[in-house]
Amino acid sequence: MAGKAQKEISGGMGQPQAHDSAKLHVSGEAVYTDDIREPAGCLHACILKSPHAHAKIKSIDVSACAIPGVHAVMTAKDIPGANEVAPVFAGDPVFATDEVFYAGQSVLAVAAESIGIARKAAHLAKIEYEELPAILNVHDAMRSEKYVGDPYVMQQGDSAAGLSGAQHKISGALDIGGQDHFYLEGQIAMATPQENGEMHCWSSTQHPSEVQHLIAKVLGIRDHLVTVDVRRMGGGFGGKESQASLIACVAALLANKTGRPVKLRLDRDDDMIMTGKRHDFNIRYDVGFDDTGLIAGIEFTQASNCGMSADLSNAIADRAMFHADNCYFLENAKVTSYRCFTHKVSNTAFRGFGGPQGMLAMEYVIDDIARKLGKDPLEVRKVNLYDAKGALKNRCTTHYGMTVEDNIIRDIFAEIEKTGDYAARVKQARDFNAKSPVLKKGIALTPVKFGISFTLTMLNQAGALVHVYKDGTVQLNHGGTEMGQGLHTKVCQVVADEFQIDISDVRITATSTGKVPNTSATAASSGSDLNGMAAQAAARTIKQRLVSFAAQHFNCAEIAVSFHGGMVTAGEETMSFAQMVSLAYVNRVSLSSTGFYSTPKIDWDRPKAKGRPFFYFAYGAAISEVIVDTLTGEYNILRTDILHDAGRALNPAIDIGQVEGGFVQGTGWLTSEELWWNEKGELKTHAPSTYKIPTGRDIPKDFRVALFENENSEQTIYRSKAVGEPPLMLGISVFLALRDAVAACGPEGCLPPLQAPATPENVLKAVQAVRKS
Amino acid sequence: MTDKITFLLNGERVTVEGLPPTTTLLQYLRERKRMTGTKEGCAEGDCGACTVAVGSLHGGKTGYKSLNACIALLPTLDGREVITVEHLKSKTGAPNAVQKAMVDCHASQCGFCTPGFVMSLSTLLHNKKQPDGEDVQDAIAGNLCRCTGYRPILDAAHQAAQSEDNAMAVSPDVLKELARGKMFRYETPEGKFFAPVTVEELAGVLAEYPDATMLAGGTDVGLWVTKFHMDLPVIVYTANISALREIKKTDAGLEIGAAASYADAFAALADYDASMETLLRRFASVQIRNAGTVGGNIANGSPIGDGPPPLIVLGARITLRSKSGARELPLEDFFLEYKKQDRQPGEFLEKIFVPEKPQTVLFKTYKLSKRFDQDISAVCAAYALDVQGGKIVAARIAHGGMAGTPQRASETEAFLQGRDWNEETVRGAQALLEKDYRPMTDMRASAQYRMDAAKGLLYRFFLETTAPEAQTQVYGYGG
Repeated sequence: MAGKAQKEISGGMGQPQAHDSAKLHVSGEAVYTDDIREPAGCLHACILKSPHAHAKIKSIDVSACAIPGVHAVMTAKDIPGANEVAPVFAGDPVFATDEVFYAGQSVLAVAAESIGIARKAAHLAKIEYEELPAILNVHDAMRSEKYVGDPYVMQQGDSAAGLSGAQHKISGALDIGGQDHFYLEGQIAMATPQENGEMHCWSSTQHPSEVQHLIAKVLGIRDHLVTVDVRRMGGGFGGKESQASLIACVAALLANKTGRPVKLRLDRDDDMIMTGKRHDFNIRYDVGFDDTGLIAGIEFTQASNCGMSADLSNAIADRAMFHADNCYFLENAKVTSYRCFTHKVSNTAFRGFGGPQGMLAMEYVIDDIARKLGKDPLEVRKVNLYDAKGALKNRCTTHYGMTVEDNIIRDIFAEIEKTGDYAARVKQARDFNAKSPVLKKGIALTPVKFGISFTLTMLNQAGALVHVYKDGTVQLNHGGTEMGQGLHTKVCQVVADEFQIDISDVRITATSTGKVPNTSATAASSGSDLNGMAAQAAARTIKQRLVSFAAQHFNCAEIAVSFHGGMVTAGEETMSFAQMVSLAYVNRVSLSSTGFYSTPKIDWDRPKAKGRPFFYFAYGAAISEVIVDTLTGEYNILRTDILHDAGRALNPAIDIGQVEGGFVQGTGWLTSEELWWNEKGELKTHAPSTYKIPTGRDIPKDFRVALFENENSEQTIYRSKAVGEPPLMLGISVFLALRDAVAACGPEGCLPPLQAPATPENVLKAVQAVRKS
Repeated sequence: MTDKITFLLNGERVTVEGLPPTTTLLQYLRERKRMTGTKEGCAEGDCGACTVAVGSLHGGKTGYKSLNACIALLPTLDGREVITVEHLKSKTGAPNAVQKAMVDCHASQCGFCTPGFVMSLSTLLHNKKQPDGEDVQDAIAGNLCRCTGYRPILDAAHQAAQSEDNAMAVSPDVLKELARGKMFRYETPEGKFFAPVTVEELAGVLAEYPDATMLAGGTDVGLWVTKFHMDLPVIVYTANISALREIKKTDAGLEIGAAASYADAFAALADYDASMETLLRRFASVQIRNAGTVGGNIANGSPIGDGPPPLIVLGARITLRSKSGARELPLEDFFLEYKKQDRQPGEFLEKIFVPEKPQTVLFKTYKLSKRFDQDISAVCAAYALDVQGGKIVAARIAHGGMAGTPQRASETEAFLQGRDWNEETVRGAQALLEKDYRPMTDMRASAQYRMDAAKGLLYRFFLETTAPEAQTQVYGYGG
């Protein structure tokens, strides 16, 4: 090959390859679950919701539901298997039995010839309730010690001693609101009974394996009788990790009962009322520090609103604790977590999985310290950062005993301070505020350090299945699901790169429990880390077979066989990949393989609250500048600079998309997205008319996003880093910039009591508070 | 004898019979035609995933506008042209400029909102060759994306705008053939639908069916169908009546037909006063303004409609008509109490007259909500102060969101009357708002915030009318 220029394949690793479905998205041809052509005789289902937050069910009479067009009505007693769709700990019934635990809980379901008939029929059921007192917030739950899991503590050093000996002390508390996922495609499933007791289900889920297992469980059949497929979701964000199960199971139950296909699609209101959200938290803190801002001791008490069941709340609350440090070394720290039970919808996974709440409180504390000392918050941040990679001082251990080995935040700070012109803009904002009585500017630079791995070690495994066909094309499957994050594109890039063929020769098909079994949810940002490695392993197995075959066939050393630019060279011979594959086929070489990956190095001892829960950390930082109208609390983001660590980016275009989208979603969580329940525990913000996610006009006027050039120090796929969740927490910069602007209305050293979300109302409230102080 | 719904769908003439009149365009597209590119995200016109372009013939001219298919009742499409995302590719299958730019800019992630964005932007570029940044923001203000953070979508819009040919394939001539020139009547066992084309026909139908549901833009009534699942046995649709869509500017003032859409009235109202332009830009979204009417925003009697407060302080009068004649009354008198208006069975709102304001009147109107675009007001405030020689000779103040109806601040107005327009006066007036209003707490805002913000807005009005150099608003700050 010497002297001959090698052709580069299109769509290899590191290229800004377009999303594999982009052309289908823009033409409207991409098929989502509701777009699949319904089989003949398909019925439509509707779930009847509980109107009460807490009540005894005295009787259920469904006789009136049998109007023309209705084929089945189901209540708890009609379930052939278990009345349970919980992911881990029991407590999430398909249908309520004798008590309802939140307004919106599923009580019964109807299958009918149209959704209109099903809806009408469901509401004809006569249900007698006896209302009971309800616990609707974490404070009441804490008072009555109602929890969905045991309180849990992580600590290092002696926080009490650190606090008592400190020069300065601050105690405070922060309310942090929840967040609705607001995936544009609502929850949906379509189940079709098959021969011999089998059930097939199309489900919009991040966790097809769990949906499969739960369908089997509610039907009282074995797992091998159920197949769950998902081609793509119209957004997930964690909201379809455990929450898709109820929908799929109800569809399957009704399909089983009627013998007909059943589609269940929640409309937007039912979706928002019935399914879990990001946990709202109340976090109290006590911090002691010296004149430089160095933290001597700190204690956090995190109370999370888990709702009426455990769902994934214990893991989420754990992750909030893991991120209580963010980027800072906490020599003497104690983090206590209470997982509060309330009579509300069971809160669930949402991008960041508790991490954002824990991290926000830490950044709020840093902000407090800086304000109290009259210092720039960035200075206080720097004083407290974990030592850089390779530093000699041992300020690298987290409060859960993991050594931070890969810290690059100092380098990121150095770069973004310069490119974002931080110091000069802080001064400009101060000068502006001195002259502007109504409008005030605020600015904040905040970092992110986010741990990558499922903290339940068992889940860090993945499988893939790769088929090479005789014409040299490849079909690929892996356990991950596509929800818009570009996972399928990235995994195709891995396989194309491995075989050195154009990405157009690699086709990924719907995720199916029939192809890759026992998968973990596509969650925890782990999609490409896990499935990319599994797919690579599968491709390498096939490739090794081809190498061995070619070496033997062409009588050369294995090392003389190479794949490049769509070609394979074996000794003196060079042929196309397709020719080589065809030759291998003729010579009876297997062209299909599974691949498997399990994350190395991780080891978490939960009872001891010590160990290494994470394979590595992903980092990033953002500077946001805002302007606030102090007469109304309205505000605007003037500029945001982001420098984010995606390792060696597997696909820089997709990664930038994750960073920008995550930032805007995180900003929405902390600004306009307010969930509002009335005194009866009914959610009143259950549609976009009342629940306000950001629009195009809400993003920073000047938005500068870059990836930090580096590579993962751990051996991940292509040395890339997970990028799904970490950027969400860059939105904290907006929240603290708002707090900075509010502080400009009060005396030097004031601590604005800004609560999250910082709606205009909450901003104005904080402005009024500091004006009084 | 029923007419058949006849319209153009992606260039082809379709006729519909037998489907209930409350069938939405989205249901028809997805379930009957299996055109699944148009998505349901919310069924209330707030997310834009169902956006289509609709061509209508008015006064001999055809205009194409983006609309939310989820709340458009199918019979309202009679005589119109519907273009969906399936119709954008060229005959050879090439994507249009917006579609191509969306791919180039990585502007789709999950892709579910994407067809809606593509339709909003394609409609914008069909109508406007060189849109500026605000045009683009306006065009997509009614489209929600949860994945991308919008930056690549905005980039794609600007890239597509560079393309030479951004016209959609439309058939305005065929549309002319579909015009009925007389009332459209559609009937199924589920209900009746009438679309008169003259005021007389309308009065006649209402005399026959005094309890009929009046449907104009359908941005509210559509939700009665999709959200409250109400049965509407008789629907009378007013938007085909040209006489009710007229907007006339005279020396005396501005006359707006009740069925004029907010999009059509936008320019006239913005021209009337610049402060109206900012309000209108925040008012719903392009899709909703294309459908929603000035009259409907009044006639539905909502306490949080953004039209009434400014119109009330400007002294607007409305005309109500029935078969037995017409009567005129000040707009504010139309609102009796929460959800109760002074409209008799058989009556309909015909027009709104906004008198020209005297040179000495200081007028401003402000909207306040959690989000700039497409959000319902926590508070909408409007002020008209006639200040002569530094003294207030007449004061009119009205708010939405502060009471069960759009309501004037009579105590505050009385206080202002005859005083100098200065800091002391505005402070006194702020305090008096507490006598005028007892706002409520709900998901949009607490009672306390509504009151505090109303005071803040009054102060903003004072600053903007006395110290024009003061910087008082965050939107548009820094260009």
